[in-house]
Amino acid sequence: MSNVAEISTATSRAAAANSRGTARSRAARIGTERVIRGGLLACALLSIVTTFTILAILLVQSASFFALPQVSAWEFFTGTTWAPLLGEEKHFGIWPLIAGTLLVTSIAAAFALPVGLVVAIYLSEYAPSRVRSILKPILEVLAGIPTVVYGFFALAVITPFLHDHVSESFGTFNALGAGLAVGIMILPIVASLSEDSLRAVPRSLRDAAFAMGGTRFDVSTKVVVPAALSGIVASWLLAITRAIGETMIVALAAGGLASMTLNPANEVQTMTAYMVQIFTGDAPAYGIEYKSSFAVATVLFVITLALTVVGNLFLRAFREEYE
Amino acid sequence: MHSLGARSPSIARTRTPGEIVAAATPTSQVGRRIVDRAFLGVCIAFTALAVLLLVVLVVSIWQDGHARLSWQFLSSFASRKTEEAGVRAPLWGSIWVCVICAVAALPIGVGTAIYLEEFSKRSRFRSFIQLNIANLAGVPSIVYGILGLTAFARAFGTANSESPITFGQPESFFYLQLPFGHGVLAGGLTLMLVVLPIVIVSSQEALRTVPASLRTASLALGATQWQTTWNITLPASIPMIMTGGILAMSRAIGEAAPILVLGVPLFIRSTPTNLMSDFTVLPLQIYNWSMRQQSGFHELAAAGIIVLLAVLLTLNALAVIIRHRLQRANG
Repeated sequence: MSNVAEISTATSRAAAANSRGTARSRAARIGTERVIRGGLLACALLSIVTTFTILAILLVQSASFFALPQVSAWEFFTGTTWAPLLGEEKHFGIWPLIAGTLLVTSIAAAFALPVGLVVAIYLSEYAPSRVRSILKPILEVLAGIPTVVYGFFALAVITPFLHDHVSESFGTFNALGAGLAVGIMILPIVASLSEDSLRAVPRSLRDAAFAMGGTRFDVSTKVVVPAALSGIVASWLLAITRAIGETMIVALAAGGLASMTLNPANEVQTMTAYMVQIFTGDAPAYGIEYKSSFAVATVLFVITLALTVVGNLFLRAFREEYE
Repeated sequence: MHSLGARSPSIARTRTPGEIVAAATPTSQVGRRIVDRAFLGVCIAFTALAVLLLVVLVVSIWQDGHARLSWQFLSSFASRKTEEAGVRAPLWGSIWVCVICAVAALPIGVGTAIYLEEFSKRSRFRSFIQLNIANLAGVPSIVYGILGLTAFARAFGTANSESPITFGQPESFFYLQLPFGHGVLAGGLTLMLVVLPIVIVSSQEALRTVPASLRTASLALGATQWQTTWNITLPASIPMIMTGGILAMSRAIGEAAPILVLGVPLFIRSTPTNLMSDFTVLPLQIYNWSMRQQSGFHELAAAGIIVLLAVLLTLNALAVIIRHRLQRANG
């Protein structure tokens, strides 16, 4: 459809719309316009209300947690024992939960970031268009699979595989199985977002590099990837944010024991998994364990928000622009 | 939270042709050819790995679960006896929650997108909203669960949940009470918050694809901004908006964490009849079955996953059909 034809359709539609509206006065039309504008503005404001409500809930509940006599903010932010449920003496030091989250996220990132980037380079620079048209939908299918399915996959396939073929020390719940499943989950995010930014690099740059006698590898790694670096790093940060906030996979496969460990065969508890434990368990509402989950949620929220903000800044500040 | 990013100057760095040439200067012809071939091998190996993972995932779940698939599995409630258990309650719960989520999220999301793209000027206020939406998209879904629990399920503790304020009769589907408790309405609205950023961003992208000349032509004829949007811009972008909306709904159907935080009962033997009915959703039922160590429950979880994936596949097929139909109608 040519642009001229589009405009003429639009013109006739607009004319039809106007002829329908002639019965009404101009003032009525402006009135309607104002009301609609107000309604649309209200929709847009909802997102701001959402953000501030989240902040307010988290801050108020965390404040009431820290106001409890059994809790000290110092212990919370520096302590290395997280024992909120068992024993006479409860300990609220968040570092074991952060360490568990970081261990699972590092495993996921170590798998998904390089693999995702290589898949993106292949799709954008090497793959013939027929292969690409098959692979893109496969990535979309992977991206659309609910995370609880990956959790089941970790529990039913990855962990038994690790136990049988890698080491007997892998128990039912372990950090590596959960981390790999999270990695599979974030792989399509890295691949498709990185591919978008690789494809956005103008052809003239590739042509220039090919003209100088560069191989496809030279062109991809020395010209295209550096030019798209801001988009690639942003996709990495987004994927890491998703990995940190991922809940169902770690709740199913990582276990429920908060510990400071670097051993991927061990059971770990992440921040999100602790929240699941509290919200599905019999912890009495308004009890100390219940309130502690809001403090954990606040830490999680701050970490993910910081990563999102950094990612957006990266995208803006280090974008290479070509005319 | 301040719109720091919007105001910082973008340091656009342009690489000179000289730099590009220097980067691509040959070292050894043969060596570079070998590296190129080797890298292609790595590329294909990694891509094959991603495809292989998907195949293993699908095949292993199918092997675990296909024996349990039957009409009886779809039509019976959860049970302690694995051979009698089914997904009737979570399937209907998912449908109810998804419809509520769609009814709430689509108008609000598209409305926000229209405001940002068609009605607001390029101001600091606009970039603040934009930045805010980008940040909301990064918030973990479990945090939205906390918001839903506090705002919808408990109404910020303002109303007494023991003796809720009621509107209408429990027999009618729009029966309401305040606070909502953990009924389907609270679940659907919580999921609305989760998918709203996705709906907004995809609708904005759809609106941006409409050529400016169409809007100008309409405005030049004296149509107001809203008449232009309603008669020209929206019809031109609706296929893309619908596609984005359906993808957002498939995300909503797969979410378990926010629903889990709402505190829905684990064992449900009824389908929802009104907005306040107790419910569970497919992903949550799958989670519960996966957590059980006893034999038989893993097969149930796998069969539940097959049902869930079938629902998602249907939704995606619907998206493709709608896009195809509307594109033809518009063309």
